[in-house]
Amino acid sequence: MVTPLRTREGGPATGRPAFRRSRGEGPFRFATTGAGILLLAIMAAIAVFLIVKAVPALQANTSHFLTEKIWTPNSTKPVFGIAALAFGTVISSFLALIMALPVAIGVALFISHYAPRRLAGVLGYVIDLLAAVPSVVYGLWGVIFLIPFMKGPSTFLNTYFGWIPLFAGDAVYGKSILTGSIVLGIMILPIIAAISREVFLQAPTSLEEASLALGATRWEMIRMSVLPFGRPGVISAAMLGLGRAMGETIAVALIFPATFDITFKVLSANGNSIAANIANGFGEATPIGQGALIASGLVLFVITLVVNTAARLIIARRKEYSRAAA
Amino acid sequence: MAKQIEVSDLDAYYGSHKAIEGITMTIEPRSVTAFIGPSGCGKSTFLRTLNRMHEVIPGARVEGKILLEDQDLYGSDIDPVSVRRTVGMVFQRPNPFPTMSIFDNVAAGLRLNGRVTKSETQGIVESSLKDANLWNEVKDRLNKPGAGLSGGQQQRLCIARAIAVNPSVLLMDEPCSALDPISTLAIEDLISKLKNDYTIVIVTHNMQQAARVSDRTAFFNLAGQGQPGKLVEMDDTSKIFTNPTQKATEDYITGRFG
Repeated sequence: MVTPLRTREGGPATGRPAFRRSRGEGPFRFATTGAGILLLAIMAAIAVFLIVKAVPALQANTSHFLTEKIWTPNSTKPVFGIAALAFGTVISSFLALIMALPVAIGVALFISHYAPRRLAGVLGYVIDLLAAVPSVVYGLWGVIFLIPFMKGPSTFLNTYFGWIPLFAGDAVYGKSILTGSIVLGIMILPIIAAISREVFLQAPTSLEEASLALGATRWEMIRMSVLPFGRPGVISAAMLGLGRAMGETIAVALIFPATFDITFKVLSANGNSIAANIANGFGEATPIGQGALIASGLVLFVITLVVNTAARLIIARRKEYSRAAA
Repeated sequence: MAKQIEVSDLDAYYGSHKAIEGITMTIEPRSVTAFIGPSGCGKSTFLRTLNRMHEVIPGARVEGKILLEDQDLYGSDIDPVSVRRTVGMVFQRPNPFPTMSIFDNVAAGLRLNGRVTKSETQGIVESSLKDANLWNEVKDRLNKPGAGLSGGQQQRLCIARAIAVNPSVLLMDEPCSALDPISTLAIEDLISKLKNDYTIVIVTHNMQQAARVSDRTAFFNLAGQGQPGKLVEMDDTSKIFTNPTQKATEDYITGRFG
């Protein structure tokens, strides 16, 4: 009777220790395992801390946390809810993504497949540099330049495209959700472009040649070979950008109108986001108010988790096709 | 419709490096022409000049003349894209589009041209797969991904994809070098069948293969490392393999070098 040797799938047998342990194996194993456990412990500690802080506030709340729009946790009879803030976070981030994604893909394709090699190098460097600009700088630029500037374009959109619900409303303001979304869009553009460029550059030459040999133009080659190959990567990049837009704090705290309404009228002086509200409110918050803000932070975490999971599902759905043989 | 290719005094460069020099030859329609020679002798480079795929590589260029019937492939008014629609190509490693189904892979080239109806596409896909001796193996799973086929099937899928756009010439760059002997045999049978309709040019490292499938054979060689590759001699395959004119050819086919 032979006992089959048990192995990790695709790896060497680990069921039995190697017959001669090399020196350093023990400490190394201890260090890596310790690092892994430490990470989990820190995560758990943060989660416990946040929940412990949030629970008393949630218990003191006299309204329903998930559906209430008003945010007055510091009053003697605290009333607060996440509805308006979560809505503002989601709509401003999606607007930012819709504006940034096509531009980012265009920039990435230009760098990877159209620009001469020298120009591509310079452009790629500039994009990386843009990604490194601190967000407060974008926020200040938004306050000082974009808010006054947006008055004109916003009026134009409202006058001629007012029939689209997004641009409807009786009055338009520079300090609006749209302005904040534009700043967010510019902020997430570099990271989406940088990741997409990397993905597009990895498109296999054999697939590019396959379409060229069929008589494809350069754009047709990109559509047949590069974009399908890069699709999962671009989705990941977009989700990273979306996550960054949702979590962005300082820039939008400076720009958003900071009211607690749910409205699709992105040109009006209404709107806020979870992160902006935390930044604006934490300084003067009572203990209950702080707990309320922490609870809102937990909601933001859940939203980003949902978005990321959705992205993974989208990528996994076409797994059968993405197992590239070439 | 199969067409004749006439090459005169062709040089090809990668940047400043001259890869092939002074190639002059005539490739007959409805026949198989094999290119043999040691690695680095420029036979693949030369093959890629025949459908202007050479210039896809940055810095690569070509000097000389290639006539497809009466049309100068390197004429100033010729669009390389249209050349590649007339001169199809099959590569060394099977490269079906991984995100496309078997059906869409074959239809890919047709859709580039744009003006085909659904039923026309259906008909052409079926006939191309039949011509590529693949129809019986895939007819029940046309909507499955092409990457799920075996290597030999993938290569025949690539051949079906190339002939679906109805080219005049079919170039094959070592089409069997990544395949097992049985798949190789299937491809060779296919080549013998396809030569009735197309001008076929095949690069191969396998001299038995050249002897088996080709009507004419061209032997390429290079004088030394860094030197450009040259055409040593070209003749009927039976002549090249039994009684070559050049000593270098004889040395190569008898295995004395290379």
